[in-house]
Formats: sequence, C-alpha cells, structure tokens
Amino acid sequence: METQAQEFKSNAVEALANQPLQSAMGKMKKGFTEKRRIAAEGLEEFEQLRDQARDIKNHTLDHLDLYLEAFEEKVKENGGHVHWCADGEEARQTILKICRDLDARTVTKGKSMITEEIELNDFLEKNDVEPVETDLGEYIIQLRGEKPSHIIAPAVHLNQDQVEEDFRRVHTHLPEDRNLVEPRSLVNEARQVLRQRYIDADVGITGANFLIAETGSSVIVTNEGNGDLTQTLPKAHIVVASLEKVVPTLEDASTILRVLARSATGQEFSAYTTFSTGPKRADDPDGPEEYHVVLLDNGRSSMLGTEFQEMLRCIRCGACMNHCPVYHAVGGHAYGSTYVGPMGVVLTPALAGIEETGVLPNASTFCGRCEAVCPMRIPLPKMMRHWREKEFEKHLSPAATRYGIGFWAFFAKRPKLYRWFVSTNLALLKLWGKGDNIRFFPFKDGWTKHRDLPVPEGKSFQQLWKEKQKGAKS
Amino acid sequence: MSSSRSAVLDKIKSSLKSEASDQTRREAVAARIKKHDRNLIPNRTAGLDKGGLVDLLETKLKAVDCSVQRLDTLDDVPAAVAEFLKNQNLPATIRQAPHSSLTSLPWSEKAPMVEVSEGRSYGDDLNSLTACHAAVAETGTLMLESGPEGPTTLNFLPDNHIVVLRESQVIGTYEEGWDSLREKRGPADMPRALNMITGPSRTGDIEQTIFLGAHGPRSLHVLIVKD
Ligand code: SF4
Repeated sequence: METQAQEFKSNAVEALANQPLQSAMGKMKKGFTEKRRIAAEGLEEFEQLRDQARDIKNHTLDHLDLYLEAFEEKVKENGGHVHWCADGEEARQTILKICRDLDARTVTKGKSMITEEIELNDFLEKNDVEPVETDLGEYIIQLRGEKPSHIIAPAVHLNQDQVEEDFRRVHTHLPEDRNLVEPRSLVNEARQVLRQRYIDADVGITGANFLIAETGSSVIVTNEGNGDLTQTLPKAHIVVASLEKVVPTLEDASTILRVLARSATGQEFSAYTTFSTGPKRADDPDGPEEYHVVLLDNGRSSMLGTEFQEMLRCIRCGACMNHCPVYHAVGGHAYGSTYVGPMGVVLTPALAGIEETGVLPNASTFCGRCEAVCPMRIPLPKMMRHWREKEFEKHLSPAATRYGIGFWAFFAKRPKLYRWFVSTNLALLKLWGKGDNIRFFPFKDGWTKHRDLPVPEGKSFQQLWKEKQKGAKS
Repeated sequence: MSSSRSAVLDKIKSSLKSEASDQTRREAVAARIKKHDRNLIPNRTAGLDKGGLVDLLETKLKAVDCSVQRLDTLDDVPAAVAEFLKNQNLPATIRQAPHSSLTSLPWSEKAPMVEVSEGRSYGDDLNSLTACHAAVAETGTLMLESGPEGPTTLNFLPDNHIVVLRESQVIGTYEEGWDSLREKRGPADMPRALNMITGPSRTGDIEQTIFLGAHGPRSLHVLIVKD
C-alpha cells in the first residue's frame, strides 16, 4: 500500500490554515458525536452488545482460516466464485480479468474502502474500463480527483458551495442557469446524472461490511440505495472484501449490526442492509448473472498473532475519527493514507510498514475517546503506543526525539543527579519567566508560538511526594 | 481457483499459532455455524403481544420517515394505494410484484383509475407495490426476499415504494426473521438478495444534512393489514 504519510506534519500545518476545510470540519464535529450518544443511550443493552460484538470477532479471528473456507464453500454451492488475492496487484488483475471477460466498458461502484486501498479506480481507467462512483460523497470526490477524507463520509471536508462548483464544472450538458443554491438540488442532480449509469454499467463493484460463513452471503450497509442498484443491475457483481470481514452466522452479523449504525451515524439501523447470496437464480426476474468475491489479504494475515490482531475487529464505523480531536483539527487528507483518524494510524503502519508511516501513530493526544466509543472495543491508544515503541526500536524516530529521550534517560538512571538537575532547572525557569508566563524560550518556539509556557510552581513532583509521604506517616 | 488460496490460508494458520488441534478447531466452527445461537437480544420487544409489536413497528417506521396506514383487509389495498398516489400528486400508475398476496387484488373494482402492471422494473416506473417476508418492530425494518415473487429492482428503482404486510408478519427482532426464513427455505438457504429496508433512501453527504431520495425511493409507504 502506498502512502504519503511522511507529509503528515506539513499537511497538518496547511490544513490548520485552510479556511473552507476548517469550516467543514467545524460542522462535522458536533453532529456525529451527538447522534452517536443519543443512539447509544437509546438502547439499554448497548454496552453489553459491544462486549459481544468484540467476542464474536475474537472467536472468528482465532478460526479465520476455517470460517473463510466455510464461506467459500457456500459461495460456490450458490454458483458464485471466490478469488483469493495475496495483495493489491493480484486483486486488481483479478478484477480486470472479470471485466475483460465480459467486455465491460463501465463499472459502477458502491462505496468501498478496500478498492480505495488497492487504488482500483486509477488502475481500471488505465486499462480502458471506466469506474463510476455512485455513493454521493464518493462521486463528488471522484469529480475532484481526491481521496476520501473519512471512511464513511468521504466528502466531509467539503462545503456545499464547493460541490456546486464541481457539478457546474462537470455536468456541462445541463443548463448553465440552473439553480443549485439548495443542497437538495445537488442531491437531485446527482441522482439524475447517475441513474442512466447504473443501467448502462456492465459490472457492479461493491465492498462488504460482512461475509457470512453460514450462508455464503456478502452484506452491504448503506443509506442511499446506490450499492443495491450497483449490485443488482449489471451482468456481474464483484464483491471486494478483506479477509477479516467474515463472521460465522446471521445471528452474529445481527449483533454487530446493532452497534454498527448506532456508532457510525447514530441511526438505529441504516436504510439498506442487504445480504447477497450468489448470482441470479433460474427463476429470478432480476439480479446479476455472475457473482464474484475477491478476498484480499494485503498484509492482514501477518497481523494475526501479533499485538495488532485486535485491529482486525474493526467494522469501519468511523466513530473513532468522529470523536478524535486531531482528526477534527486537520481532517482526513492530512494523514496521506487511505485509512485516517485513530483506526488509520494503527492500521496503516500494519499494511504499509512502520518505516514509511512512523509519524502517524504520533498523531494522537492520547485522550482515549476513540477507544471509549469504538463499538468493537479496540484498544487504539495502546496499539499506537506499540507502534511508537517499534518506531523507536527500529531507530526511525527523528534525531531530536532520540537524543531527547537519551538525554532524559541519562538522568533518569541517576536519581541524585536527576533531582539536582530538576531543582536547579526549576529555579532557572522561574528566573527566565520573571514569575510570569514564559512567552519565548530558545529552541522551543514550537511550543511558545501557539501558547505560553506556565512558570513552574516551585517544588518538583518528587519533593512534593516526599513531603506528602512524611505528612501521611506523622 | 486462484493460486494464492493456499498461501493465504497457510499464512493465517502459521500466524495464529493456535494451540488447539485441527480437529477441535474444525468442530468448534462447524458447531457454531450449525447451531447459529442467538447472542444477547435487546429487551425492547420482549413481552409485547401482537398489538404491542404492531404499535412499536408503526412508531419506528414513522421515526425513519415512512408513512403508515392500517387496513382491515387485503381488499382495501387498491383504494389505499390510489389515495396515497392522489395525496402525493403522483400519476395513478403502479408496478406491482408478482406476489401471490397481490396478484388477486380487486383493482378494477376498487381503484379502476390506477393503471397496474406487473413484473420487475427497468427504471421507468414511478411507483411500486411489493410484499415482504417480515417486518421487524425493533427498528422498523422490513425484510424483503428476492425471487420470482419479489423482484429486487422494485425496491430500488421506483421513486415511491409501497409495501403491504399482514399483522402476523410483524416480528420483534432480526433473529426471529432469520428463523422464519430458515423454516420457509431450509437451513442456510438464502434468497439471492435479502433486503433489510429501514425507511426511504437518504444521504448526509452534503454537510451532514439529511435528504431523502438519494438514489433509491424518495418515499416508503407501509400498509399494515389485519389478519
Ligand atoms: S476502530 Fe472502532 S471506532 Fe474506529 S472505525 Fe474501527 S470499529 Fe469503528
């Protein structure tokens, strides 16, 4: 997986100064968190369901090979095909071959993060197959040549007037003087433009929220209905799913579904949850004639049995980023990777290597809100810490950080020296700040540019602790 | 079969380093699939009688922007459909599913002005009428089964979707829906498409404001008929 993660810091600085982005992020911040809170409180058993959802996935991951085999068997029984793909290249070639065999010129696409991960659109275009994104948010960013900035709300970084501009630029067959002031008219225009594309497409590609081992079904969860039109109307339906999407039974999927929509959008249930099982049957009036599941590994099997296995429980609800102060501040594009926010900073290094992405696990304040809302109870901050340790062990941290830590360690291993160093420095800092807040400090303007450094109160923690212990004894 | 199948499976096994024997693991998986035990079921619908379930369904359907009408008999469906279309200023046409509960509706007698046709949609129908497998009161979710009597295209292509169901089809939870589906079709046999529909199509992709009718139906009207 390719990323531009190294540019996180400069991207973040730019993002903070980007007014339209800041305005869009300001709007998203409150909506998602409020809705999720109300939905969670509206279901008595929500917290217990989170425990069960976690346990279901843990059990499945521990038996992943066998559940995938069971799933494959059922897909075949129903007349579908399963293609096992070790990496993105194999998946892209597999998908292209299916398209070529059908002489496909256009493919419609439901929203799928996996196809973003393997950069399928670019590849199809280069091979003369036109991909058409049909989810409204995905459609908008496709027009702009951008990547999604959120895993469930890909165009969350944009404002309405920006969308209007794009529609006017691209939909040149429509009257120039049409009124697009109301957002409703933008929704209608997209509906109208995409209608014919669904009907004309040769192949429909969707992702999957779940694969059901019991029945060989793939499941998509959407609100717009675009995924269903995508998978129903063309000659072939290709499901692109990563290994960890499998769950044992319909009952297990139901339990996770109860926490999914509530965590994601604050809905009790999304408008459309569809279970697709194989191609059109002999007596069916509609549906695709071919049904393919492209099962993608792309590094996931190596996460099993490691401290990152738990990340494979993720159901891509987006709650962690909806509650993340860093994400709110800089938006998704700053991360330079397909997956963004807290889940992205843990998953991306696992898929793309910590060497290229070491900066990401540092994009956190460790406030812990992501873990507090994650429906699958994934310990995201803990895993970010694991990555930081690995980054340090592999000598990937920036020199300043390494020297800084080395410098601190030198004193920390020598308690007497440490105490002396701390107390003299406290006194010096006090002198420098003249009892007031410190507005400038040599080499530390990264801190003082944006905020004052408070002058130390006087005694160090160790001194206070000592006094307290004494007091407690007497 | 793709060449990576065994490579991927081997990698999963070697990464997992499971201590359990192959046989124990296989038995655990087979048993779990076969038994498909229920997990925790929310209390929300426990202890509700039929009337309570139907009331909860109506509340939940309305909460997700459906309109609901209760009818005494199936014979009342044509007039109810005609009235809905008139109230919404829609043309008096309907494309209906070739479902056994709908094929003998007394259209010419009760709603002669409605032009009725039957079959799947190709994208030029404004209004559709379908049956459903069950209606889940828990969240106002309709379960629709594809097949000769249930074209999936009728659920997504028309602008307005009308669903007819009997009170006896109202159930509390998704799990009850799976059980009745298994009973009807046999274990682990799913229709090609099983649509769980909770309200009309919607999007929040422009500044998180919700608009109905993104790509699927703009309205979803539910007719609940007494048994
Ligand atoms: S990590 Fe948790 S909160 Fe974040 S997307 Fe995944 S499941 Fe949702």
